[in-house]
Amino acid sequence: MEQEKIAWLQNKAREIRTHIIRMTAAAGSGHPGGSLSAADIVTALYFHLMRLDPQRPSWPDRDRFILSKGHAAPLLYAALAERGFFPVEELLTLRKLGSRLQGHPDMKSLPGVEISTGSLGQGLSAGNGMALAARLDGRDYRVFVLLGDGEIQEGMVWEAAMAAAHYRLDNVTAFLDYNGLQIDGPVTEVMSVEPVAEKWVAFGWDVQVIDGHDMVQIIQAVEVARQVRGRPQMIVARTVKGKGVSFMENQVNWHGAAPRPEEAERALAELAAQAGLAPN
Amino acid sequence: MKKIATREAYGEALVELGRENPDVVVLDADLAKSTKTIDFGKHFPHRFFDMGVAEQNMLGTAAGLAAAGKIPFCSTFAVFAPGRAFDQLRNSIAYPRLNVKICASHAGITVGEDGASHQSVEDIALVRAVPHMTIFVPADAVETRKAVQAAAKIKGPVYIRLGRAAVPVLHAEDFLFEPGKALVMRQGNDATIIATGIMVAEALTAAEELAKEGVSVRVLNVHTIKPLDVEEIVRAAKETRAIVTAEEHNIIGGLGSAVAETVCEHCPVPVHRVGIPDVFGESGTPDQLMEKYGLKAEHLIAAVRKVWELKK
Ligand SMILES: Cc1ncc(C[n+]2csc(CCOP(=O)(O)OP(=O)(O)O)c2C)c(N)n1
Ligand SMILES: [Mg+2]
Repeated sequence: MEQEKIAWLQNKAREIRTHIIRMTAAAGSGHPGGSLSAADIVTALYFHLMRLDPQRPSWPDRDRFILSKGHAAPLLYAALAERGFFPVEELLTLRKLGSRLQGHPDMKSLPGVEISTGSLGQGLSAGNGMALAARLDGRDYRVFVLLGDGEIQEGMVWEAAMAAAHYRLDNVTAFLDYNGLQIDGPVTEVMSVEPVAEKWVAFGWDVQVIDGHDMVQIIQAVEVARQVRGRPQMIVARTVKGKGVSFMENQVNWHGAAPRPEEAERALAELAAQAGLAPN
Repeated sequence: MKKIATREAYGEALVELGRENPDVVVLDADLAKSTKTIDFGKHFPHRFFDMGVAEQNMLGTAAGLAAAGKIPFCSTFAVFAPGRAFDQLRNSIAYPRLNVKICASHAGITVGEDGASHQSVEDIALVRAVPHMTIFVPADAVETRKAVQAAAKIKGPVYIRLGRAAVPVLHAEDFLFEPGKALVMRQGNDATIIATGIMVAEALTAAEELAKEGVSVRVLNVHTIKPLDVEEIVRAAKETRAIVTAEEHNIIGGLGSAVAETVCEHCPVPVHRVGIPDVFGESGTPDQLMEKYGLKAEHLIAAVRKVWELKK
């Protein structure tokens, strides 16, 4: 892939991070940490990998993206707005009374939201349902699902993992946002999910482990996943919670706290300084 | 007036209980900072179990702990228990009448900005329909502490419904909390507002306002939804002959339903249910949502006027 496109995507991810900071600061609440950690993955999907038409959000052949970790709603909204699903100005209405940008994604209110989430552990099952429907309808769309590493403590995730393999849903590609933190602390201390890659292998999935902030690796992993036949694919993406804002990185307290105005300014200045720089 | 969230009082009450009773254990599902069980975790780390994001496993584990003689208190948001873990509550805990306490915070729409996915409007209805359950919905911090103490003494499953937002302290420390006994917070003869949880404060404000117009409103605080204080509710129906119920919950299946069923059976008089009108919530500040969904004192005043008309 040409260097120019990669640099463009990296810059788009930076813009999306900027939106995440502005939105949560304006709302005075929300979840910046897990939104920032998955920003590169979601940017690669919405701006390069997925088949989409923002003018036709219900186009039957579109690829689907499911934000199973629904608290990262600011990230999804920023990507949808930047991609043209709704005006970018609307982003600042996040979490306000009457806004289409609900605290957690609501498929009834906002075009581009494929399924309502917020209660963790339920997105992969919905993704399987869409993938089965694609098969029944003879459509070739792909379903992408983003899971959190704390989220996969939910038993239902593993029921869905089993079902995807059982029904050979090779049109399902899941990402694990492997940032190592949940609300009460490090995942290994709260309730270990290790060995995580091996678990998905044991459940019958094709598994790759990548750096979730490396645009080239993200894109290549999806290209590889597309070639897999007869098995769903899991891309375990090592990430940093709060990525891109130094004082938020790897800090558990930024899971569900919005930046105050002066913190937002510092964060935005840092992100602005990253323009034109390679993110790694 | 001093304001404290009931979840804050819950956290403190658990620590107190932990000191008194070595059999008390606490479980949480990755929300210990929000439900305030973290205080117990700091004081008694070996009796505190964070189960991760796994509410069903949390309740199932609590069933086992109880069967082996422990007194588990389990906490998460109300949408996740009873919500997510309803079958575990029903089959593993309530049916065998195990000594598990489910103390859910962030009930109702005062959750605020997180929106409908996190705002439980149905938890009382779910738990009320399950045999063997006791249900407490404390109105303030003092009542919460007493409810937690009472729950520890009851041999069997208890659900305590707690809130996120800070609410006025209504009680003196020495008031008598008797499970199953409604409290007459204010006497009156023209109508009764039967309220639970954070709506008790709104009911008192409404009664105060109406008194200025010469309408004498009784306020009943039903902190125990189950078993319901049938006697006190029927007395209110007989003596005031007009009833308004008030709850931060769907008008279906909660306090309003329980009161309407009771009044219909024993002493039919006009009943108007104030609560969330069978809709999901949304993002907004707690105050905006209380206004939008009609849960403020002004709405109770309008409802009292309505039943008062009907009674004439
Ligand atoms: C069923 C359910 N239980 C609890 C919660 C509350 N909650 C929101 S985010 C979160 C932690 C998630 O951790 P992780 O999946 O690692 O998210 P990330 O680090 O990517 O933000 C919890 C417990 C929820 N939303 N849904
Ligand atoms: Mg995580």
